[in-house]
Amino acid sequence: MTDIPAWKDGDTDASFTDRTIPARAGAGLKPSHVDRILQDDYRIGFLEVHAENYMGDGGAPHRALTAIRQNFPLSVHGVGLSIGSEKGLDDEHITRLKRVVDRYEPGLVSEHLAWSTHDLSYYNDLLPVPYDRKTLDRVCSHIDRVQEALGRKILLENPSTYVQFEQSSMSETEFISEIARRTGCGLLLDINNVFVSATNQKYRPLTYLSEFPLEKVEEIHLAGHATDIDDEGDALLIDAHDRPVDDEVWKLYDIVIGQMGPVPTLVEWDNDVPEWPILRREAMRADEILERRAANYLLGSRHAAAG
Amino acid sequence: MPRPDSNSEAAKTVRTVTLGRFSDALLDPEQPTPAGIVGPDGKKADKRFDVYRNNVTVSLVGALAEIYPAVHRLVGDDFFRAMARTYVRSEQPKSPLLFRYGDDFADFLEGFEPAKKLVYLPDVARLERAWLDAFHAADAPPLDPAALAAIAPDELAEQRFKAHPATRVVCSRFAAVSIFSANRSGADLSGIDPAIAEDGLVTRRDFDVEVRTLPEGAAAFLQALVDGNTLGEAAEAAVAVAQKFDLAAAIGAMLEAGAFTAIATKD
Ligand SMILES: [Fe+2]
Repeated sequence: MTDIPAWKDGDTDASFTDRTIPARAGAGLKPSHVDRILQDDYRIGFLEVHAENYMGDGGAPHRALTAIRQNFPLSVHGVGLSIGSEKGLDDEHITRLKRVVDRYEPGLVSEHLAWSTHDLSYYNDLLPVPYDRKTLDRVCSHIDRVQEALGRKILLENPSTYVQFEQSSMSETEFISEIARRTGCGLLLDINNVFVSATNQKYRPLTYLSEFPLEKVEEIHLAGHATDIDDEGDALLIDAHDRPVDDEVWKLYDIVIGQMGPVPTLVEWDNDVPEWPILRREAMRADEILERRAANYLLGSRHAAAG
Repeated sequence: MPRPDSNSEAAKTVRTVTLGRFSDALLDPEQPTPAGIVGPDGKKADKRFDVYRNNVTVSLVGALAEIYPAVHRLVGDDFFRAMARTYVRSEQPKSPLLFRYGDDFADFLEGFEPAKKLVYLPDVARLERAWLDAFHAADAPPLDPAALAAIAPDELAEQRFKAHPATRVVCSRFAAVSIFSANRSGADLSGIDPAIAEDGLVTRRDFDVEVRTLPEGAAAFLQALVDGNTLGEAAEAAVAVAQKFDLAAAIGAMLEAGAFTAIATKD
């Protein structure tokens, strides 16, 4: 990595590669993997970063991300906007996000259907929202504001949930479909979150997926989860991001890609981060499915066109 | 996916949980699960709600452990986690920029009774906080020594300097710098007398943060310069606290460390 000149607002970096994210596997970027990724013969399709980790003024994080961006397309995934917040969005944080987006020219920008800030406290967790009219209106107006500030579409990610709100009057899929319809945002489908929530809330993941507006999905997340039990001994899955993707989640992924065709697919691994080759193995597994299904899918659509 | 309460909605009153109510219960284990937070089919959700409580506490304790790795190692994992949980309950991050969390952790340590015996701990925490601030500070090229050499000797005392965004001075009544450095490099603490006062300078010339021990008086000198005083005033401040203050050595050290970026233009 070579030294980079200080970045100023409005700068565009001619050394960056094309921003378009291919319908291939990507990986969540960890600082300890940067050098290995840059030297690897296996060219990962894209990398994704948590926006907040690059909201510092300068130093090594920006140097590393610049080197990555010179070689790979990038997806920026926010974890701190608190889109579901009851107390409104933080303008300063939107400005920070815009700065990261303007600087690194990502192919995709995404956030969560969740909240993480209340009053002045940031909880560093993706907390659930009730699926009712009032929350729907609020989330939509928040997404409108973010999309307007960034001057681009964002993707909204479905959450992992452990509880329900009695006041919810819609299903999660109805709630998310309505948000996408009203705001024009795209969707990030986290299949591990689907599996975790379905198990925890006792519905079938395939039912959820059949109700999910797949035509609006522009990215998929895969991750590992931990297993626990609730007060009555029923399965309680935790969205831990600390291990390989579960086989059941791979099966669902295969079905989804078979239906909708190849989509950029990110493998997330945020805790107990392994050496790069372990994470790369997960990405390669996703690549295999994407390649295999690309042929099937094309065949399927040709048949449809001919028929 | 079933609609929650699709059958029972008319039959019973729905208990509404605000996010404020949700967040109050998050950090207070004494509080029950908010009424209206349920599991599937409306069953109770205490253990389910505890997942969120646990996520918040564990992730914030983990964030502190990453920001304060030397403090973590010095007190051991169990002690650190118990101590950090106490802190997390009273102080949550004020922004989603987690690397800024815990700016008053050192002050908390001053008053944390069970760690009182480790008198140097708060100052080690101050160094760690300064280290991470320097790590994320804006990039800036350090002052070229030639720029200083070009100043006529009789004008030298009038010069002011622009501090590098990464520069931090940390003073300690204990051997905090030696303890910090030994711990971070994996060395043991034998041979370090914790009672010897040390001042530290934290800088970042390019991308690597550097921490050095300052000779007597140099902390007062550098802090005065950082605060915008002239070289002459800074030297006086240093002599006031250390009669043996060596001005030439201090200037050499500040240039080598890259503590400043420019000679401030007069206005
Ligand atoms: Fe995700």
